[in-house]
Amino acid sequence: MSLASATRKGAGATAPAARTLAFLSPWLIGFSVFFLYPLISTIYFSFTKYNGFGSPTFTGLKNWDYVFNDLPAFWQGLRNTLWLVVVMVSLRVAFGLGIGMLITKIKSGVGFFRTAFYLPYLAPPVAATVAFAFLLNPGTGPVNHFLGEIGLPQPGWFADPNWSKPALTLLAMWGVGDLMVIFMASLLDVPKEQYEAAELDGAGPFQRFRYVTLPNISPIIMFAVVTGVIQTMQYYTQAFVAGRVAAGNAGNSGQQFEPGYPNGSTWTLPQMVYNLGFQRFNYGAACVVALVLFVISMAVTSVLMRRKSGFMASDD
Amino acid sequence: MQSTTSPARRSRRTLAAVTGSAVLALLATACTGSSDGGGSDDSASGKDVTITFWHGWSQDSEVKAINDNIAAFEKAHPNIHVKAVGNIADDKVNQSLRAGGDDAPDVVSSFTTNNVGMFCSTKAFVDLKPLLAKDGIDAAKTFPAAMLNYTQFQGNQCSLPLLGDAFGLYYNKKAFADAGITNPPKTFSEFAEVANKLTVPEGDGYKQLGFMPLYHGYESTTEHFLGQYGPTYFDPAGKSTVATDPKVAAMMKWQKSMVDKLGGFDKLEKYRATFGEEFSAKNPFHTGQVAMAIDGEWRTASLATDKPDFEWATAPFPVPDDQQDTYGRGYQTGTIVGIASTSKKQAAAWEFVKFLTTDTDAVVSFANAIHNVPSTFAALESPKLVADENFKTFVNIAKHASSGTTPAVVNGGGYLVSVQNLGYDYESGKQTDLTAGLSATAKEIDAAIAQAK
Repeated sequence: MSLASATRKGAGATAPAARTLAFLSPWLIGFSVFFLYPLISTIYFSFTKYNGFGSPTFTGLKNWDYVFNDLPAFWQGLRNTLWLVVVMVSLRVAFGLGIGMLITKIKSGVGFFRTAFYLPYLAPPVAATVAFAFLLNPGTGPVNHFLGEIGLPQPGWFADPNWSKPALTLLAMWGVGDLMVIFMASLLDVPKEQYEAAELDGAGPFQRFRYVTLPNISPIIMFAVVTGVIQTMQYYTQAFVAGRVAAGNAGNSGQQFEPGYPNGSTWTLPQMVYNLGFQRFNYGAACVVALVLFVISMAVTSVLMRRKSGFMASDD
Repeated sequence: MQSTTSPARRSRRTLAAVTGSAVLALLATACTGSSDGGGSDDSASGKDVTITFWHGWSQDSEVKAINDNIAAFEKAHPNIHVKAVGNIADDKVNQSLRAGGDDAPDVVSSFTTNNVGMFCSTKAFVDLKPLLAKDGIDAAKTFPAAMLNYTQFQGNQCSLPLLGDAFGLYYNKKAFADAGITNPPKTFSEFAEVANKLTVPEGDGYKQLGFMPLYHGYESTTEHFLGQYGPTYFDPAGKSTVATDPKVAAMMKWQKSMVDKLGGFDKLEKYRATFGEEFSAKNPFHTGQVAMAIDGEWRTASLATDKPDFEWATAPFPVPDDQQDTYGRGYQTGTIVGIASTSKKQAAAWEFVKFLTTDTDAVVSFANAIHNVPSTFAALESPKLVADENFKTFVNIAKHASSGTTPAVVNGGGYLVSVQNLGYDYESGKQTDLTAGLSATAKEIDAAIAQAK
């Protein structure tokens, strides 16, 4: 082989690689700027003392020790966040699936019900939360008034530490329109022949759901769970607004508000990241909490993806 | 050649990337910022300079008042123009001071004194001592001691008081008359008796509550109640004294006893949830839901505007029985103002800050307009100060030798949040061992301060 041919071959091999790289470059740039750089920075700052002025100074594991051993609010935030991940995500998926199944089954008024259940999802989170806080006001809200009229207990909702997270879960379930739509699409995509075959084999409604519907829509359920977990790990707006409105502090403009009302029950880790990072300017500790969130998100996602083969539909 | 990576694996990788990006996006903007100052801006030589002033006022009357003051300043300093930006809270202030840039403020005011320690220790605000000295202003002779105290940190006078807030007792005179009470209570034992007499049960709630002692009852916070005791908060070495200063435990026990006497936590909490917004006509004192309240002097203006259908009056908040000689005291705080270290127009900014904080007419007219307590000795004594009997209560609290404030700390008001959190746990019965709770709180405060140093 001559040198010239070798060079031509080398150049020919480089060209596709460069082309591939060029096509990948938007993603690579985005990945580097919005993921890799923040990740490396966050890891770095978690080992430093930095308040935004001057330069960061290396402090070793001091921030980690502080967050895990001297900051009780961290554990409270972690418990609240995990509670929301487990309860809110499960109920949202179950409710979204249930509504989707109901709407695919009804014979008339499909458009109306589909719109009615989807519309709340379009409501801005702040407006929806404020509306819920007023509806669920323990003393003056119509919900408790109604519950009282029919002789049922009247919870404290957003004003009661035991009820604030269930109230947030109700709010999340009210806005389940996104899941309803994707579940409806996947349910309508299940081959009718499979239901007919199952019926011929004597399968009842529950068995048809268990052995026909579920295997077909399992990738969608997985998608709903994984994205739900990620969203809930970042839960901020609704918890913050609900706490502020219920505390009677919504009109207190120009003043900083300590989130978590009542009694830290709506205090989530993303709020803690903001509070430590942007209100207390303890960037090191904030980065530790952010990394904990990241690790938990990755771990939960990995476990879920391993247990079920990702977004791929079952072959059987 | 086809890729050997399965779609499922690709999905996992994509998902992992999305997860990481989403979580870390929270901090993507957190890690930049530096400051450099600039004292000379040629404003002294008559050159036109525009400074940016950030403040927290948002109500129309308040915004008009501060704008009137700005207009008066611009009239006196024709070459200095002030661009005011309202409704700014401390977190935004802090972020902008770190970010710097052309849109960052030159002069900043804050409604809370809690972050003065942070502003001073981080050098976010410039030390005003040299500027005060240059202009021959003796701070100790100009500002009341408590106000001067909450505007400095470890000798760094990085801010000055821009009107003050004093906390006292508001009471419903009609409810007092109906209950046969003639005078406002002066001690906590009298206060408990009066609160009980004024409480009118209705069903499983109240038609009228004498006083809402819960810490979420708006201004009935731990720090405001503690103002009646005068605790130290920290020892000379900077260690928390909340576990060792008996006044803190005494306040917690007193508040808890009020909660128990007036119906218990659950009943009070349920009633509290019926309250309207604090800064609205639905405030429970305005609506008659509570007959007494601890509040700042600004409430006199709100009550004058909303005109509730009962007569009301003010008095100093009662004091512990064993501190009767301190009656007349109250918790003090206020708005502070400082100059950003990032400002390139610090000479003009100082002229503006000096005017706002030390010009007697400016202080008095602003105090009259927004019903805050004046923040200089001269203004407190000024004949131009419009002070009816109800407002005078707060002026006198501000002058009282035993009135106090909360000390500035390097990490801002974090220690107050820790004490408040213990208060929530203790009043609700979640924490029953007060001694252990106070010890844990002190440890938490010390750890947070050590971490911030």
